[in-house]
Amino acid sequence: MTTTPPSGGAPARDRWRGVTHAARYISRRIAITLTLLLGVTVMTFLIVQAVPGDAASANLSETALNDPEVVAAYRAKWGLDQPLPVQYWVYLTNVLQGDLGISQQTGRSVLGDLLTYVPATLEIALPSMLLAVVIGTAVGLYAAVHHDRTGDQVVRVGTLVGLSTPSFWLSLVVLYVFFYLLGVSPSGGRLSTWIVPPERVTGMTTVDAALAGRWDVWWDAVQHLALPVLVLTTLTVAVLTRFVRSAMLEVLDADYIRAARAKGLPERTILRRHVLRAGLVPVITVSGLAFASLLSGTVLVEQIFGWPGVGQYAYRAASGLDMPAIMGVSLFVALVYTAVNLGVDLLYGVIDPRIRVS
Amino acid sequence: MTRLLDVQDLAVALPAAGGGTVPVIHHASLHVDEGEIVGIAGESGSGKSMTAQALLGLLPDGAQVRGTARLDGTDLLALRGAQWNTVRGKQVAMVFQDATSALHPMLTIGRQLTEHMRLHLGLDKRAANRRAAELLDRVRIPEPERTLKAYSHQFSGGMRQRVAIAAALACNPRLLIADEPTTALDVTVQAGILELLDELRRDMGLSVLFITHDLGVLAALTSRSYVFYAGRVMEQAPTTDLLLDPRHPYTAALLRARPHADDSWGAAGTRGTHALTTIPGTPATPATAGPGCPFAPRCAFREDRCTDAPPPLLTVAPGRGAACVVQPDLHEVPA
Repeated sequence: MTTTPPSGGAPARDRWRGVTHAARYISRRIAITLTLLLGVTVMTFLIVQAVPGDAASANLSETALNDPEVVAAYRAKWGLDQPLPVQYWVYLTNVLQGDLGISQQTGRSVLGDLLTYVPATLEIALPSMLLAVVIGTAVGLYAAVHHDRTGDQVVRVGTLVGLSTPSFWLSLVVLYVFFYLLGVSPSGGRLSTWIVPPERVTGMTTVDAALAGRWDVWWDAVQHLALPVLVLTTLTVAVLTRFVRSAMLEVLDADYIRAARAKGLPERTILRRHVLRAGLVPVITVSGLAFASLLSGTVLVEQIFGWPGVGQYAYRAASGLDMPAIMGVSLFVALVYTAVNLGVDLLYGVIDPRIRVS
Repeated sequence: MTRLLDVQDLAVALPAAGGGTVPVIHHASLHVDEGEIVGIAGESGSGKSMTAQALLGLLPDGAQVRGTARLDGTDLLALRGAQWNTVRGKQVAMVFQDATSALHPMLTIGRQLTEHMRLHLGLDKRAANRRAAELLDRVRIPEPERTLKAYSHQFSGGMRQRVAIAAALACNPRLLIADEPTTALDVTVQAGILELLDELRRDMGLSVLFITHDLGVLAALTSRSYVFYAGRVMEQAPTTDLLLDPRHPYTAALLRARPHADDSWGAAGTRGTHALTTIPGTPATPATAGPGCPFAPRCAFREDRCTDAPPPLLTVAPGRGAACVVQPDLHEVPA
């Protein structure tokens, strides 16, 4: 659109044009996101149809399966005897009303299940992500500035180790050290068994405890969080640091950084104002993906720490061929990825003026 | 005229990929007087940009620099770390070849014009903005107030270079180093930038070290010039003399290799010739050149003694030097 300097007119008009630009940018992003989500419902629906395996045989007992009437009743109950488009239409209208079906395993609504499990995952994903972004950016920038010197070598080896460490192995090691050897951490779960959980508001134990003013409960919850957060942070930091390092290396080599040096700005100012800002765009992209993957559940870590999160729910749904739950989780994961992508796109617009206008 | 910058025996070596160093500049000496525009001409790899970067301490990590470069008694080549911060931008400023990549894409023009002003001149935000707007007006950018809030991608290449020049001039530097500032621009825009620089020299007494590979630009703007080849100064002279009456075979070969309509510097063999003459062979680099004159392998006037030792810069006329031991009559091109 506007690539030449705007000529004529008052600043107010500029600002108004900026606002309409931003509004158009945001509404287009949202429209794309909604279209994507509609496509996702089709995909999840079809993939579940294509899965070899029959919901009836997975969920009914041997004797029940031998009775055709019981099987037919089961199929009728879940709408499995209807033609595909009809099944999809029913599914879509239900989804739009917030009805994701009843989990065949838990017997509760899938939406209700998700509302129980998602906050648990959120509670370990959020702090892991925040820590990883802060540490990864700082360490990555440090490595880039000390390119090919000792500090950089140490960071490179460190991130390589972090990247190649399996999450379940790291989980077991930190459990062994902090629970078994040092005895400073609980072995798993969200709260000690003797503690009465705080009244449920957000579903995140720490937040609910804080809201209820029960700080002893809050501290207990934080202790339970520590180890899974440690594991997730370590793994995410390794990925982020590598990305930040290479993004910052590229920026450090740019002409505009040499130009900033030629102006006599102190190195610290150059790093903080010029380098960090320009290197942030690729970092946001990777951070978004890492966050989405943390939110969609980390099955092994949740399993080892007995953390009742989305990963565990998804794992149980998949192994039990619990179709409504599988579809619900798939939809949730897709929603997370599209929402994070939307967030990333909007952040680009905030950071990079070139994206704001085009 | 008083001498502003005096570079003596500048030598630069860069770290090589497989360890060790590669020389890029051999014992180059040059000077710039107050209010003078001095040109450095040369091909890619001749060391002209490295000279500019050495003078601002912007060489890559691990570069070895020898010699002196006195600016008002301060030896620029001896500065380390934070000592540079009082020289860069304030005493010596630089304009880069490609303003598109030399302006930060995500910071406003105003920010990039004022940040060093506030640091070096101690201005507050409002005063810095006012001065920035004046500078933009000075480099003939319309609507300076609005430009301050804009970003570099909203401007054309020529406008960006004007902004970059304004940013370089922000703290009233004594010396402006311009590293091929018009190479990325088309000719009409280039003419505008050259005119602007000359105007700034006249009005503000600005001294400029202008680096280019374009002999036409040299003629249009500079009063004295240095011709670089393979990291050495081959010839030094007032620009008019250099272009009309070259004293070094390399300079003469360069002039002959220019496309020209009907007139050249007057060599009998080239007048009226329309076919483009080329210099045989490939450009030498400081690393590949032998012990003697780096141009010797391509030189039509080569003698045996040329390859023995590097030729000293001989004074061939008052204020003129040529690094050639043969000193041939350049109007006679040997077959």
